[in-house]
Amino acid sequence: MLKLRVIPCLDVKNGRVVKGVNFVSLRDAGDPVEQAAVYDAAGADELTFLDITASHENRDTIFDVVSRTAEKIFLPLTVGGGVRSTGDMRRLLLAGADKCAMNSAAVARPDLVNEAARKFGSQCVVVAVDARQTGPGKWEVFTQGGRAATGRDAIDWCREVAERGAGEILLTSMDRDGTRSGFDLDLLRAATGAVRLPIVASGGVGALEHFVDGAQAGATGLLAASVFHFGQFTVAQVKTALADAGLPVRPSPPPF
Amino acid sequence: MTQPLTIAVIDYEGGNLASCARACARAAELAGIAASVVITNVASEVRAADRIVLPGQGAFADCAQGLEATPGLKDAIMDSVAAGTPFLGICVGMQLMAERGLEHGVTPGFGWIGGEIAPMDVPGLRLPQMGWNELDLHQPEHPLLQGLGDAPHGYFVHSYALRDTPADTLVATTDYGGSVPAIVCKDNVAGTQFHVEKSQTVGLKILANFLRWEPRVSP
Repeated sequence: MLKLRVIPCLDVKNGRVVKGVNFVSLRDAGDPVEQAAVYDAAGADELTFLDITASHENRDTIFDVVSRTAEKIFLPLTVGGGVRSTGDMRRLLLAGADKCAMNSAAVARPDLVNEAARKFGSQCVVVAVDARQTGPGKWEVFTQGGRAATGRDAIDWCREVAERGAGEILLTSMDRDGTRSGFDLDLLRAATGAVRLPIVASGGVGALEHFVDGAQAGATGLLAASVFHFGQFTVAQVKTALADAGLPVRPSPPPF
Repeated sequence: MTQPLTIAVIDYEGGNLASCARACARAAELAGIAASVVITNVASEVRAADRIVLPGQGAFADCAQGLEATPGLKDAIMDSVAAGTPFLGICVGMQLMAERGLEHGVTPGFGWIGGEIAPMDVPGLRLPQMGWNELDLHQPEHPLLQGLGDAPHGYFVHSYALRDTPADTLVATTDYGGSVPAIVCKDNVAGTQFHVEKSQTVGLKILANFLRWEPRVSP
């Protein structure tokens, strides 16, 4: 049986982790590669790097981070933030990313999704959809880290990117992000009901039962950042909570 | 001193070549095997290699076409395999081992194993199958499966799958709306539908087993 994916997300700025707990074992809590290794050992099913580097000059730092991570860690690695073209994607894939998440660039030019899927295969094209509720059962797509309204209906956009060849949707509730009040389950149910693609739920986790709620709302990937970074709970605790609710999780593999 | 084992990871502009090459190098290191890994589309390098690894991502037809695009590359692979060089196909690289693929029209495969690559028919389940799924080992004694531990899982990403392959080719399957081929093997060719290079220690073990593998070729 296919297992749910528990996915820690690392926010990376200028090649450094922005938030991050100082695990006892770490020499340098700001090093994304060391953080990634901790999650790898802890039983994470995938890892996501979100590059929030603001200035263009420091963009290259993410390639180095991805490359150093992929040398050590043999887990699927998604990289998002600043992916503007198939050229950006190729560089990330060659550095060692397995999937690239695009948001603003896809909204600005939806054909980018088709081009990326044709060139690299749907399996590495993730469309990140940042959604904000505008009314009962209605959500709008936002870009630029939630600053820019697009006028697009989030559920329609999910359908459109599925048709254009995306392999997965990373669905973030802007309303819930950072609130620790749980995923937006109505949004998740609407999206998982509208498309057949796997959907990764993001934004709002603050308690173990929130992961269970997200899975029961149809998400097959469950992403969280701060609850892991600040050591609120471990990946293993999340998996135990999911298993206790009767949901399928992957046991940690043995050492080599 | 013995020469290091040379591993050719085939470059046809498809797939996560760097990840495959790194995983091969790491598996060799963990297993204590002296190895040199090259990412190549040069026929002479492929012919000289002790092991051939064919990654693959995207559509069957595009990958098949990509292999043909470099003159002599496909012939080098076919000749080496015929001469007994162990071969490992990963994901679409494994699918190419079948008789034909039905993605974007009918495209011939290498024809090393029986069966064809068809869209998965899994009512009520999401496509692609994306994530970790448990391997059901049909031939637990197979050299490629040694040391995987209890309930080994592989990381799958696919919407097409092998069907109608002979039972003796199936080394492992997984369950996604029914039995799905996960590891296939015949003579000196093997393939994994899941991404061994992204399946943590389970994948590295299988890669290490592949590097040690001395297949018996049937007459």
